[in-house]
Amino acid sequence: MASIDGALLDFKRLDRLATGDTPIHHLDPRAKVLATLVFIVTVVSFGKYEVTALVPFFLFPVVMIALGNLPVSYIIKKIALLCPFALVVGMFNPIFDREVLVQIGSLGITGGWISFASIVMRSILTVGAAIVLVGVTGFPGVCLALERIGMPRVFAVQLLFLYRYIFVLTDEGSRMERARKLRAFGKKMEPGIFSSLVGHLLLRTWQRAERIHMAMLARGFTGEFHTRQNMRFGGKEMLFLFGWSTLFIIMRFLNLSQLVGSLVTGILP
Amino acid sequence: MSHHIVEVRNLRHVYPDGTIALRDISFRITHGESVAIIGANGAGKSTLLLHLNGFLSPTAGEIRIGDYPLTKATLPDIRRTVGMVFQDPDDQLFMPTVYDDVAFGPLNLGFPGTEVEQRVKDALEKVGAGHLQDKPPYNLSGGEKKRVAIATVLSMSPDILVMDEPTDGLDPYARRRLMSLLRDFSHTKIFTSHDLDMVLELCSRVIILHEGEVKADGPALEIFRNEELLARCRLEKPLSMQGCPVCGGKG
Repeated sequence: MASIDGALLDFKRLDRLATGDTPIHHLDPRAKVLATLVFIVTVVSFGKYEVTALVPFFLFPVVMIALGNLPVSYIIKKIALLCPFALVVGMFNPIFDREVLVQIGSLGITGGWISFASIVMRSILTVGAAIVLVGVTGFPGVCLALERIGMPRVFAVQLLFLYRYIFVLTDEGSRMERARKLRAFGKKMEPGIFSSLVGHLLLRTWQRAERIHMAMLARGFTGEFHTRQNMRFGGKEMLFLFGWSTLFIIMRFLNLSQLVGSLVTGILP
Repeated sequence: MSHHIVEVRNLRHVYPDGTIALRDISFRITHGESVAIIGANGAGKSTLLLHLNGFLSPTAGEIRIGDYPLTKATLPDIRRTVGMVFQDPDDQLFMPTVYDDVAFGPLNLGFPGTEVEQRVKDALEKVGAGHLQDKPPYNLSGGEKKRVAIATVLSMSPDILVMDEPTDGLDPYARRRLMSLLRDFSHTKIFTSHDLDMVLELCSRVIILHEGEVKADGPALEIFRNEELLARCRLEKPLSMQGCPVCGGKG
């Protein structure tokens, strides 16, 4: 369970990054959320054999990391953590898709390998963008922005509560697991014990939920969820959103890598 | 101001499973009093507290806060009058940041933005937590959490403060700090606690609950001197009133 504790601490670090003091941090969360959404949609919309056209898209996370003053190695580690999923998804492409698409000298590259590379790149881009977004906005900020954009309030509140109590819940869970381990003398967890642990955790969560609800009622909660209303969508936000969106759309329809490549090869004799 | 009066008359509460938590409780707490409700585990302290804010409704009997009986219609008003601080601050701090949490009550009460801001600032200032306002609750220490939890209630300017085990889980320094903070409040205060030394220092009056009944109600010193009574209710003298175990001196 130590690893879960560790991962959690790491997650808190991501949240602390969001308290940074850079121009990117000060932008209205809505601008950042929308720009990231446009980014993800354009990246995902490419055909399955597209690789070169995806390269320019790295500009967005790189610029955001640089301007937002985020620690690069930390972000890369977080992305690497999620990459195995992409590898599993793309794993079988090279086996099933053996049609040679690119010929470099005597080496033929099959469509399978190209689509595999495309999947991996896309996941790095989208996961990276999402992590960077949380790093420069903070989870609560993202939730509020989503709510303002039109996500039902219930979901936003659910997400906020999830985020608040995930730490408490995992703490509780890891304490229980530690207590079990101390008396298990190296034995593995049996299914029966596991279900009992989870059951207890559920009941405790239930009781806590009741206490939280009481605490909310005690402070006049009537179903409305008020938060600080200090979001402002101004000129800077407009510029940020439309600047990036335009760039993404241009990059979607013009293959910049190829363009640069042909320029270079055109100039060279 | 009669707003600050808490009156409980013949309160009885039976849980749905048939457990009788409170048999017949009556007391009256007046303006500015500082009262401790003490008793062994399972004596009914928590059940009683949950009644003061209308979370549980009496099986029989009546509760009056100020001039009003506690009913569905008066509930919103009474919940503002009675500020309840829970034992586990994690239950009370549920918003993303300390500021949002302290603002939760005033916003629900419909105060305008500037007033909310002022109230949050004042409440945090009062508990010495002004510098914590942008922090998320999970990044606070136990003592900080407790003080912020008190601020979330103070921001609604209640007349009566009800606290469940205020010093529970605090280190000696944080406990001292909290106690001197509580001493300065002019509200009517109702505590439950097993920390009898804290009770002795902060409360002039003590109510002992035992098996759902009031076994004693009187001045703190008088009750703590009655060893026979304390033993019968599974309690004991505060440590500061007991003889010193090292030098053998009498308390």
